[in-house]
Amino acid sequence: MISVSALSKKFWREAWQLRGQILSIALVVSTGVMSVIVMRGSYDTLVVAQADYYRDMRFASVWSFLVRAPQSLTAEIEAIPGVNIVDTRVTFAARLDLDEAGIPARGRFISLPEMGRPLLNDIVIKRGRYIAPGGHDEVIISENFALARNLQLGDSIRAVLNGRARDLNIVGIAIAPEQSYVVPPGALYPEDERFGIFWMGREVLGPVFDMEGAFNEIFVSLSPEANELAVIENMDELLAPYGGLGAYAREDQPSHMIMQGELDQNRIMGSVIPAIFLLVAVFLLHIVLGRLISTQRGEIAVLKAFGYTDLEVGGHFLLFAVLSVLVGTVIGAVGGIYLGGLYIELYGQYFDFPDLHYQLSPRLLLLAAVACIIGAVSGALLAAKKAIDLPPAEAMRPEAPARFKPGFIEQLGLSRSLPSSARMIIRNFERKPLQALLSSWGVAMSIAILTIGMFMFDGINYLMELQFQSIQREDLTVTFDEIVDNSVRYDLEKLTGVSHVETFRISAARFRFGHREEEVGIQGMEPQSRLRRIVNADGKILPVPTEGVVLSDLLARRLRVTAGDKVRVEMLEGNRRAAQVAVSGVVEDFLGVSAYMSKEALGYLTREANAVSGAYLLVDNDKLNALSRELKEAPLIAGVASPALTLAEFEELMSESILIAVLFLLGFAGIIAVGVIYNGARISLSERGRELASLRVMGFHRREVATLLLGEQALITIMAIPLGWLIGYWLSYAVAITLETDLYRIPFVVEQRTYMISAAVILLSAFVSGLIVKKRLDRIQIVDVLKTRE
Amino acid sequence: MSSTVVAEQADSSENVARVILSTRKLCKVYGKADIQVHALRDVDLDLHAGEMAVLLGASGSGKSTLLNIIGGLDTASSGSVFYEGKNLSEFNDRQLTNYRRENLGFVFQFYNLISSLTARENVALVTDIASDPMSTDEALELVGLKDRMNHFPAELSGGEQQRVAIARAIAKRPKILLCDEPTGALDVETGRLVLSVLDEVNQKTETTTAIITHNAAIGNLGDTIIRMSSGQIVEQTRNKARANVNDIKW
Repeated sequence: MISVSALSKKFWREAWQLRGQILSIALVVSTGVMSVIVMRGSYDTLVVAQADYYRDMRFASVWSFLVRAPQSLTAEIEAIPGVNIVDTRVTFAARLDLDEAGIPARGRFISLPEMGRPLLNDIVIKRGRYIAPGGHDEVIISENFALARNLQLGDSIRAVLNGRARDLNIVGIAIAPEQSYVVPPGALYPEDERFGIFWMGREVLGPVFDMEGAFNEIFVSLSPEANELAVIENMDELLAPYGGLGAYAREDQPSHMIMQGELDQNRIMGSVIPAIFLLVAVFLLHIVLGRLISTQRGEIAVLKAFGYTDLEVGGHFLLFAVLSVLVGTVIGAVGGIYLGGLYIELYGQYFDFPDLHYQLSPRLLLLAAVACIIGAVSGALLAAKKAIDLPPAEAMRPEAPARFKPGFIEQLGLSRSLPSSARMIIRNFERKPLQALLSSWGVAMSIAILTIGMFMFDGINYLMELQFQSIQREDLTVTFDEIVDNSVRYDLEKLTGVSHVETFRISAARFRFGHREEEVGIQGMEPQSRLRRIVNADGKILPVPTEGVVLSDLLARRLRVTAGDKVRVEMLEGNRRAAQVAVSGVVEDFLGVSAYMSKEALGYLTREANAVSGAYLLVDNDKLNALSRELKEAPLIAGVASPALTLAEFEELMSESILIAVLFLLGFAGIIAVGVIYNGARISLSERGRELASLRVMGFHRREVATLLLGEQALITIMAIPLGWLIGYWLSYAVAITLETDLYRIPFVVEQRTYMISAAVILLSAFVSGLIVKKRLDRIQIVDVLKTRE
Repeated sequence: MSSTVVAEQADSSENVARVILSTRKLCKVYGKADIQVHALRDVDLDLHAGEMAVLLGASGSGKSTLLNIIGGLDTASSGSVFYEGKNLSEFNDRQLTNYRRENLGFVFQFYNLISSLTARENVALVTDIASDPMSTDEALELVGLKDRMNHFPAELSGGEQQRVAIARAIAKRPKILLCDEPTGALDVETGRLVLSVLDEVNQKTETTTAIITHNAAIGNLGDTIIRMSSGQIVEQTRNKARANVNDIKW
């Protein structure tokens, strides 16, 4: 028979009696553990999946588009020091003829070798098969497009390739690392329903686009010791005669850039939020266990009087801390693995990695558990030590009545008219201000967590509003297959429903300042542009410069230039001129790097005075469908985009992720708030049970006594609200700064709604905690409490 | 078993005041079927208006249980408690609270003052919710603590704390004052002082007062002395002349 010591029996019985409190502490631990293994764990999972994916698909390191070069050029590229493998292909944009109303869909057509697989930038066939040699009308389509359009293997799709309609048979559905995010030209955001990737045989696409024995896209992989910048320069030099548009490294590859941005954001959120959760959990453990053990002062003394050593007694009480953390870690691990799976599934829709499965890293779990153990044990130890240090006889004597004195508030004379209950609350508060403040701080942290969680949506909302109400004011953006003459505006004006047309030119260029260089498309705008404007973060509109260039803040910072500096601009198209251009202003915007010039000034730079790349249209709403039909028939038009549609899609996507993120945070913050408030009230109840029972004896009703007990928690909660807003505000600011990526930065805006929701969640948590404690209070046996001495 | 022994020493012709509270066949049983503990067995008790009753008994004799039940802090297993003709056994929690709030004052061995309130505020706690209270000053004056009324419990001695507790109990002008070992935690001198306060309050305010104690010497202070043992009243004595507090010794 196993002998169970009396002390361990005591432990398990009391643990059972304290199960409510232990569970609430454990839940706080579990939120900390869960947030670490869900958020940080999924980041780790994504990074591993990305690396595997890139390796397996032989994702290229340096890329370049060009107009047309003979296949023989590859030998020269291969000879560049540091270049490992070279591969080329033919890539063109084309309109799809999907026989439907609305804005026409487009596709990017990419060639694949018919024999074997691409040397670089391979694809993963998700369904169906690779194209067969000689399969003239076979196409593999991107999975996102297939899903958005509900296209199946065997379906046929009509595309207008180089002006000729062609019916293509879908033989495969695939994904590729370079096409994880497909942002159509002129758009800000993937539009899967209206833009897809189409892989076809080189032998088919080449002749269609007049590229037999030639290519217009080239990419290389590098050997480990390669100098990437030197390779880029060498490639640019070799490709320049063939209309090279500037080689760029993988880090500038659009899809990779977005993915990296998402991953970076994930990494920051996966570090910041769990760190806050863990910190709060550790703090709570420290406070709550400390107070819990303080209430056991008498018992500690008795055990010591019986001859138990300090170590045995201390260990006994530390077990409560360890038990809470263990239960919490188990709940956190189980919940975390489950939520991590969901989280990764959610991200899987966004990062289309093949074979993406959440994997728990034992190292992370251990890290989180150890952090919680430290918090719990340090809090428990501190309190246990206080009790252990007392001589047993002293600890067993009834504690002297707590010393009170009229506090600061009363000295001000503010409380003269207050009822006794309010005075009791205020004096309790003033007697242990640190404890009250720390509890308030704990609640404030859960408000802060909610604020951080929700401010991002406020920021994105602000960004979208600015983008689609202040900057992009057109109804439709039309882009052309090639550069056309400005007179196209008169043709566009004649189309149904078009009430206003502004043309624009976008031209790829390289900016140099000192040893820094950046590639960017310069936007040439009409001087009095109404439909597109240069807008500052605060909503202020900057005029289109008559001379010089306006740079976005991010670009200016990267180049280290300020207004007034002169930068060297090398055009990457047409005659590839280079010139010194004055920076006439810097616009603080949120999205990407951009450069704005007047169309005339840009035309002067490119020596193509009246050339335009597209147009912005203002359209009568009810004539939009008729216009779309006309645009579909029009020659030269590569694409039509509608900001309103983009916004709607974006909002739909956002509302889904808002809901998930908010639910996630609501749950976590709620648990933390309940953990603080419930435990605070429970401990208060055990500390002041005698007082409260006395009041009941004197004829105070349950409700009156509950008011007294919960009033203190209410005060702590109310104090926590402005504090939480303040902490949340500054933490949000810190997160906004750390989240800044190359593609965008989140405006730092916190809406009133965010403050209101975060406060409401905490008040609700406080109310629920209060109800639970009130139930407990109602069950209290007056006589039993009064019979015992403190 | 044996029936309650009632020894009537009082002159039967004496005009006895009306009964304010009475119990009939009061029983209190703790525990379940196989391990029952009878804390009270068929207790019949009458408290008369204005009298000072002393319940004497050893620890475990059932006196505290009796006090708790008549004080509305606990409920009986069987039998009835009548206060001014109303049967307390039929009261719900709210009615019991109101009963305590309006009619009863309690004094305990361990004072049970609210440490965050001053003496005056501890008394005010009761006067705030009573329908016809005396002023806090008056109550504290009755116990001789008017000059200490702005002190917090931690600043008062044990005897002073107990006197604040008495002031708090009587400030509402209760019909009945119930005292559970009021001198239990005090030394002789201080205990005597507290008893004299209780005696004085009883005489001045004519509040029915029940004191429970294990200290037989205190018995002579009462108009009625009730001895309890094993959950039963074993003797009930009417005292012709109450002893002077200063004459009692223990």
